Amino acid sequence: MAAYDVERGDAVHPGRPVTVDRYTAGARINHWITATCLVLLALSGLALFHPSLFFLSGLFGGGTWTRIIHPWIGVVLFFSFFGLFLRFWRANLWRREDGTWLARVRDVLAAQEENLPEVGKYNAGQKFVFWAMSILIIILIASGLVIWDQYFSGYTTIPQQRVAVLVHSIAAVVIIGVWILHVYAAIWVRGTIRAMTRGWVTGGWAWRHHRKWLRELVSAPPDEQQGSKPAKSK
Amino acid sequence: MFPPLPNPAIEETKPGFSEKDLIRRSASRIEPPEQRLTEVAKLIDVSKCIGCKACQTACIEWNQTSPEIGFNEGVYENPMDLTPDMFTLMRYSEWDNPETGELEWLIRKDGCMHCADPGCLKACPAPGAIVQYSNGIVDFIHENCIGCGYCIKGCPFNIPRISRVDHTAYKCTLCSDRIAVGQGPACAKACPTQAIVFGTKDEMKQHAAGRIEDLKSRGFENAGLYDPPGVGGTNVMYVLHHADQPELYSGLPRDPRISPVVEVWKGVTKYAGLTAIGLAAGIGFLHHLVMGPNRVSERDEENAEELTGGDGNGRL
Repeated sequence: MAAYDVERGDAVHPGRPVTVDRYTAGARINHWITATCLVLLALSGLALFHPSLFFLSGLFGGGTWTRIIHPWIGVVLFFSFFGLFLRFWRANLWRREDGTWLARVRDVLAAQEENLPEVGKYNAGQKFVFWAMSILIIILIASGLVIWDQYFSGYTTIPQQRVAVLVHSIAAVVIIGVWILHVYAAIWVRGTIRAMTRGWVTGGWAWRHHRKWLRELVSAPPDEQQGSKPAKSK
Repeated sequence: MFPPLPNPAIEETKPGFSEKDLIRRSASRIEPPEQRLTEVAKLIDVSKCIGCKACQTACIEWNQTSPEIGFNEGVYENPMDLTPDMFTLMRYSEWDNPETGELEWLIRKDGCMHCADPGCLKACPAPGAIVQYSNGIVDFIHENCIGCGYCIKGCPFNIPRISRVDHTAYKCTLCSDRIAVGQGPACAKACPTQAIVFGTKDEMKQHAAGRIEDLKSRGFENAGLYDPPGVGGTNVMYVLHHADQPELYSGLPRDPRISPVVEVWKGVTKYAGLTAIGLAAGIGFLHHLVMGPNRVSERDEENAEELTGGDGNGRL
């Protein structure tokens, strides 16, 4: 039986160093499409959010193009993130050890890993990012459609649109904050970014940060159960 | 009788105001001009309006908006609402006055009120797309408009409309181009009963006072001037026979003001939002500075090798 948080394609390769496959090529491509959309949305959205950032609209060909393109990028992001959601939701379900991990967030920030419980493929911080992104993206697409004047202005009243634009801007600020947390954690915890570029991490990284996941992979290699790799000659 | 608007001069006239007279410019900080122009205003005396729509026609003609010929919906309004091609609209309401038992036909010329505190300008994200001159005119500058529709959300009177042709916002300009050369608005020029008059704001208030007095003497006790203070006063004002019930006039708002939702969006959210984003980035930067990178140690790698059952030389 595969552990709840072992995803398709996760596999451990003994060696020196040990390498652990963490993200399939599909997951990585899916992630980077989403990431590109999110960055473009933040830049174009901020251009319309604060006058001092209006110059960012120059990146998109001016204010009018920014207004035109922003919602379409949002649509792409919504579907792209939905793909990520389907891939990752199961492994991001809340577990008992997540509460303990979160309660010891001071040790997390101080890099005192020895005081932290062993966690699965995602720690509580990563799960927070995942669920925050999921909820915020739903809020943003819903409020965004309401204020997409060109196609949807006729479906709602002006007072509703006022609330939507306020909700949209607050949610956008929050999601940019979540994004900063996500990117910072990936930079601070060295060896993480490679998981999303090349697809693998070192055994030491998995041992240090996701030991429970590593143990699960070692004790029950998913390759044999899920058959996600081409059959080897017997 | 108010002195009628003069006919245009034959010789070329220099514009009386320009960009240097701006007191507000959307999404921009500007130096207010040292010399302020005299505030102008249009006064619409509802009690004198006969509902002929000459103002609508004059507006179409002067602004060359050429709206499509519509349909008879069985009511007097035509079109049924303001459109990007119809900057002003006669709205008709029939009111059974419970006090007198008389049916009153209340006709109001709807259009931009040219607020002293314009919600459209406050909401606009595009620098210079909405401007306010020191004479009180609020104008849309189409080459700067990006068509986002934020002005619609900002406006307390539901006035701006986005064109489906060029995707920019339109509304009454108070005929800023005519006023700049000493002419009054086209609607005022065309009005056959002088229900619409134009002059300085002070003149208009004075003229209104006389009209209100006259209306009161005719039994309209609650006659009054509509110059709502919630938006800092307006440069288009109404004389209403029932100033105590502005809603009677096709939903003229009693106490219009920029929606608090818009105020929060364009106020605290804007500043607190950028501050929060900056703080988040700053905290990350500081954390890294103080803590240094979180690196995987040799010991971690060895532990992983042991766990995977290798002998430390890459063999199982």
